[in-house]
Amino acid sequence: MKRQSPGRAADYLPLAFPAAMLTLFFVVPFGTMVAVSFFRRVQGSFYEPAFVLDNYARFLSIFFGSVLGFSILLAAMVALICVSVGLPFTYLLSRLPRRLQVGWLVGLLAILSLSEVIIGFAWSTLFSRTAGISNLFAELGLLSAPVSLTPGFGAVLTGMVYQAFPYTVLVLYAPVARLDPSLAEAARTLGASPMRAFFNLIVPTLRNAIVATVILVFVFALGSYLLPQILGRPQHWTLSVLITDQAIYQSNLPFAAAMAIFLVLVSLALVGLALLLVRRAAV
Amino acid sequence: MTGVILEGLSKRFGPVTAVDDVDIRVADGSFVCLLGPSGCGKTTLLRMIAGLEEPSAGRILIDGVDISRVPAHRRDFGMVFQTLALFPHLNVGDNIAYPLSIRGVSPAARGKRVAELLELVRLPGFADRPITRLSGGQRQRVAIARALALSPRLFLLDEPLSALDAKLREAMQVELRQLQERLAVTTIVVTHDQREAMTMADIVVVMGDGRVHQAGSPIDIYRNPTDAFVASFIGSTNLIAARPGDAGAVVPGGLIPGLTIPPGGASVSVRPEDIAIVDPASAPIRGRATFVRDLGASIEIFIECDGTGLIAAATRRERHDVKAGAEVGIAVAADHCVVLRP
Repeated sequence: MKRQSPGRAADYLPLAFPAAMLTLFFVVPFGTMVAVSFFRRVQGSFYEPAFVLDNYARFLSIFFGSVLGFSILLAAMVALICVSVGLPFTYLLSRLPRRLQVGWLVGLLAILSLSEVIIGFAWSTLFSRTAGISNLFAELGLLSAPVSLTPGFGAVLTGMVYQAFPYTVLVLYAPVARLDPSLAEAARTLGASPMRAFFNLIVPTLRNAIVATVILVFVFALGSYLLPQILGRPQHWTLSVLITDQAIYQSNLPFAAAMAIFLVLVSLALVGLALLLVRRAAV
Repeated sequence: MTGVILEGLSKRFGPVTAVDDVDIRVADGSFVCLLGPSGCGKTTLLRMIAGLEEPSAGRILIDGVDISRVPAHRRDFGMVFQTLALFPHLNVGDNIAYPLSIRGVSPAARGKRVAELLELVRLPGFADRPITRLSGGQRQRVAIARALALSPRLFLLDEPLSALDAKLREAMQVELRQLQERLAVTTIVVTHDQREAMTMADIVVVMGDGRVHQAGSPIDIYRNPTDAFVASFIGSTNLIAARPGDAGAVVPGGLIPGLTIPPGGASVSVRPEDIAIVDPASAPIRGRATFVRDLGASIEIFIECDGTGLIAAATRRERHDVKAGAEVGIAVAADHCVVLRP
């Protein structure tokens, strides 16, 4: 089929609506944020229009650098854990009878209806010394006495993985369910054990879906700012926590905007790098 | 006892019985076609042999050894799937070498074997091609080469040619049969295409409703179907209700002289090419032509005899000048009739 290139201005008309929506709800707010990031903060007041690089300069300190590094590391760990648990989970889920699959998916979707605050306090109770799971372990003799598991890095990681896991399964479900079941069966008749068939075939066949899911969960986790505060110590706070702190409690919108833009740029760069590496591996 | 023996093999999915008490013996080196309409259990039967489904009852014996509970990856059978199931992320050579690499065959030996197999399926020099750049027929050959890579004890194919167009399918049927004869590998093919089964098989097993209706050589099944299902599934046939009479079988519109029918009557199967068109005046059976289909190479005449529709086929050589609406006389020789089991 020959595709005709649009000739007159009227041919572009169908694009007007999405273009307007994008401009109104994405370009304008983002542009405002970029502009604000160069404004000067007025102590005791708000900010005034200017063009200064102070906000970016302040950011280039060891403190903010290490917070950025920690945020990226945390998000990457969440993404990798989610996908490495979620992929086998989704694969086995897709092999279940339809009725059971629906049950599992509804359960996972239910997690999405929980607010982040509820998730945070639920886990902090679950990890507490007085009422948490360590009591159960102590009862079973696995621990000598109940311990407090929160606040701590493990608690932050667990909470964030819990929150991101439903997204992981939902994104992976469609490509996994579409997978030709005879691929794994063929591998088995050729002598591969089920485990081997999974790693030799299912994983490489789904590579694109896996990369897309890792990126999605990574970006999702990078924006998390409540769970690190509820379940972590200050050293476990992510850049998103600091942005919230600056924007809302310190009323320093220019600095918050600068940090947000920096975070966007760094995550875009990382996503681009990941795609580049994957494409190179494919050739 | 060498060969493959299926003993009382059954498979139930909940309340549904897909395969019902099947007994088949496959001699070493023979080519067997499981033939039947879709949903008759033939694919389930093949999957049980491959180890992809566990039998609900019965045993599978290979050279006298029961392998019913051996997992698929330890059976060492080659299988070609209906979807072919080629691995899209591997090239042709790596697809074929996959079973070899699992067995720890050295890369050099692998390369040699891949070249050998590609030669066998007439795709020399294709090892480095990506799967996505192959035509349907070429993919077919790669799937066959991969299934044969380990010189399997048993070669299984599930509707292997169904994705190909009609011409290529006919050519591949002949090629597959020749390949099997050269390698002398015991082969079981599932198909719903009776022409395909007749072309390739030593033994055709006709299945319906999970049961084996008849097993035998293609020509034997064509000539002597045991029941109406087999008679109508293999080729086209006329099923005529007959009653015993003094001089032969009493059929609608007349008589088949000399044919013995058990008391109570039976169905008689007569192939269209076995119905002769004769002069109506002296014909044992009379009817009226309702339609004439002239296909060039052959002519099919639709005849109505006392309410029963029949089809007679004639070759171009014995072209009869029968027109639709004309009265026709037909004759059927008793030794061309098969009296079916009720």
